Amino acid sequence: MPDFDVLVLGGGPAGVNAALAASAAGLKVALFDENPAAGGQVYRAPISSAMPPTGDLLPGDALRHELDQSAVTTYFNHVVWAVTADYRVDAAGPAGPVHCSGRALIVATGTTERVVPFDGWTTPGVIGLAAATILLKSQGILPGRSTLVAGCGPLLAAVAAKIIEGGGKVEAIADIAGLGDWGRTMPAMVSRPDLMREGFHWVREIWSAGVPMLSRQTLVKVEQAHDGLHATLAPCDAAGRPIAGKQRSVVADCIAVGHGLTPSSEITRLLRAEHRYSRQAGGWIAVADQDGRTSRPRLYVAGDGAGIAGAAAAGHHGTLAGLACAIDLGTHLGTHLGTDLGTDAAQLRSRVQAARQAHAKAARFGRSMAQLMALRPGHTDSIEPQTIVCRCEDVTRAEIDAACDAGAHDMNQLKAWTRCGMGPCQGRTCGDVAAELLAARVHGGLREPAGCLSARTPLRPMTVEALTGNFSYDDIPIPMAAPL
Amino acid sequence: MNQAMTTAFDVAVIGGGVMGCTTALFLARAGMRVAVVERDSLCRGASGVNAGTLTLHMTRAALVPYAIRAWDMWMNTDAWLGQSVLATAAPGLSLAFTEHEKTLLQQRAAARRGYGAQIDLLDRDASLALEPGLNPAVLQAAYCATDGFASAYLTGRAYHAALREAGVHIFEQTPATRIDRVAGMYRVTGPADAIHIDATRLVMAGGVWLEPLLAMLDIDIPVKTLVNQLIVTERMPPVMQSVLSIANGLLSMKQFANGSVLIGGGWQGVGDRVRGGVETVPDNLIGNLRLAQHVIPALAQARVARIWLGLEAETADAMPMIGALPGLPDAWVIGCVHSGYTSGPYMGKLLAQAMLGEEPELPLFDPARLMVPVEALAQPH
Repeated sequence: MPDFDVLVLGGGPAGVNAALAASAAGLKVALFDENPAAGGQVYRAPISSAMPPTGDLLPGDALRHELDQSAVTTYFNHVVWAVTADYRVDAAGPAGPVHCSGRALIVATGTTERVVPFDGWTTPGVIGLAAATILLKSQGILPGRSTLVAGCGPLLAAVAAKIIEGGGKVEAIADIAGLGDWGRTMPAMVSRPDLMREGFHWVREIWSAGVPMLSRQTLVKVEQAHDGLHATLAPCDAAGRPIAGKQRSVVADCIAVGHGLTPSSEITRLLRAEHRYSRQAGGWIAVADQDGRTSRPRLYVAGDGAGIAGAAAAGHHGTLAGLACAIDLGTHLGTHLGTDLGTDAAQLRSRVQAARQAHAKAARFGRSMAQLMALRPGHTDSIEPQTIVCRCEDVTRAEIDAACDAGAHDMNQLKAWTRCGMGPCQGRTCGDVAAELLAARVHGGLREPAGCLSARTPLRPMTVEALTGNFSYDDIPIPMAAPL
Repeated sequence: MNQAMTTAFDVAVIGGGVMGCTTALFLARAGMRVAVVERDSLCRGASGVNAGTLTLHMTRAALVPYAIRAWDMWMNTDAWLGQSVLATAAPGLSLAFTEHEKTLLQQRAAARRGYGAQIDLLDRDASLALEPGLNPAVLQAAYCATDGFASAYLTGRAYHAALREAGVHIFEQTPATRIDRVAGMYRVTGPADAIHIDATRLVMAGGVWLEPLLAMLDIDIPVKTLVNQLIVTERMPPVMQSVLSIANGLLSMKQFANGSVLIGGGWQGVGDRVRGGVETVPDNLIGNLRLAQHVIPALAQARVARIWLGLEAETADAMPMIGALPGLPDAWVIGCVHSGYTSGPYMGKLLAQAMLGEEPELPLFDPARLMVPVEALAQPH
């Protein structure tokens, strides 16, 4: 017997709202997240309550409060390392290994930040925009006394503004996108005036601080020197490729750089749901209907992990997945949702309509932002041969190209031939860029035939002892000996 | 591809694992025009995803003479493959922690010694002297110098380059959908009728897919699919220098030069030849890791980076089938070799010898013994 009706993986806005919606419909719900509290990346909770409140705390606190008041069983500080076809979830928590199973599974695992490699990107002091966000939001720590913020997308302004608010210095913001790219987002932006206001608020802070905002500029090199990190910025074209023109040098002790987000689709790939590649959505995503139903029965995806659309949309998408799950399980379980199932079902459907409308509005905004940070082919193509692409295993662009030329034609073959993606990041850092390089070299730029790295357990690297727990030799169930 | 492509070869090898590729390599070097037809990429089913153990401790006793010769081939890939799979010689220790395992260890060591494996028994202190990181609860170890490991994931790349250099035509992503006799040749048809490969000789080397492949030739030989679980850790400081196994054969473990530790032993996952390796079974993973941690306690702090599954083929008597297919001219089969990665290249070399009309150095394994007789098929169940 399953322990729960629904297991929700991920405690960001999508996961929490999915859990709340399913729970409100009468389902028994458990939610897992590796962080100490709900909120995900955008509504991340501070570690200490002594930290001054920032703008993002309000919705995050509301989310956490609602979850606390609900009947949802939460497993925070639990790292999920395996999910099986019968929806058994194995996790390692502070009290050791736990596992439970559900009739349905909602995957709301968010995204991974993408960094397109450049000369010196592995230098200490070069961090992701998302990493800077974690430092600022959860610990109130500046990433450096002075920081260069580079890359693309709305995180540039968000990170720069938070550094300024925290009393830090931003040397410059280098944005690959041009003003025209931003201009094209305006029609979508007005769909969420509240979010647009937040963005303008950031920009005002940046202007007031006198931070140079450079558009169509890309980071091409970082070197360590006695007085800090020396970054070289070059003008680039719309495809993200550096072009001839005046380069500029910026000195800072931290460089926060990010080139967009890729959906974390490992779990749905592990479960062999159908997937497709979408450059706009950030990468490989599960094929799903508008409420998050995948090709696999009782498996749902919600939030940015289902395709980048932003935190506001993720919340509504989570509600939709939770409701879809309640409707499907209600049908599946008959009277499980109470004696008056007919009324409940009708209520659920009207909530679905409302959530779909709210989601559509928020997603329009979020997708226009996602557009700004979609992977640009010229950008990956301009990676220098000697630049490391897979930083866990020190695999360079030249080695990837050589493997492609020797006949490697998909990502798993490339991995075996070069060790690209075999290290502790399990391919999360390099996978998207390596696939882009392989697709360009072997498949005329098409990502589908290049495939993606097979999802594997453990979903995060785990210590052996976290998995083995306490045991004695006699208790190990030894299968029958191999034939002599 | 809309247009059917027809090409004529001296031999078509169906299945691009170690055995098929080695057979192809030696035939091509003997002057034949060879095609390797592989459903996926070379060495992706078993040959590139196994534990890479090159050991006599886990080889079936009767295959020890083959494994010893194959071990030499692996350690000298420069001489025949031309590409490295990082084959490394290291002592092999098979361990006993209980009285029952001690008995098992002695029986198994004696049986393998009977076939030529130089295996000596070490007591607790000698075992710990050789491998200081061992759990001191060890009672006895069987020691063999003919042991070691390769980085199996490099196998596909190595054979790809070697076959290309030898002029072998590699058809990857080309599952054979049917095989016909056309004008005295074998015609292998690829997916959607897009590829036809005609060849005078046929080698069936399809691993766990041998059963459906042989059925295309109206030969009925059951082949069982084992779904073996493999675990690799992140790089870590040295914790072992030998290849470690347990008397019952359900653990294999070694640390590569880069510091990562590979843990296997044949614990089963979920999968089959239609779906491949589908998923790991958490309890089997935990069991396998507990065994590993029991043997080398320092592994407690290792971080598991990745778990995957490889498919192993087994016949009804768990012995190989290598030789001419009965009733068909110039058709051969190779596969189902227990610990097949260890022995694979030598088996391929032997089959190539037989196909070239030479006397194989060691006897082949007649597939006829495994055929389900037609009468048996005709009987009602």
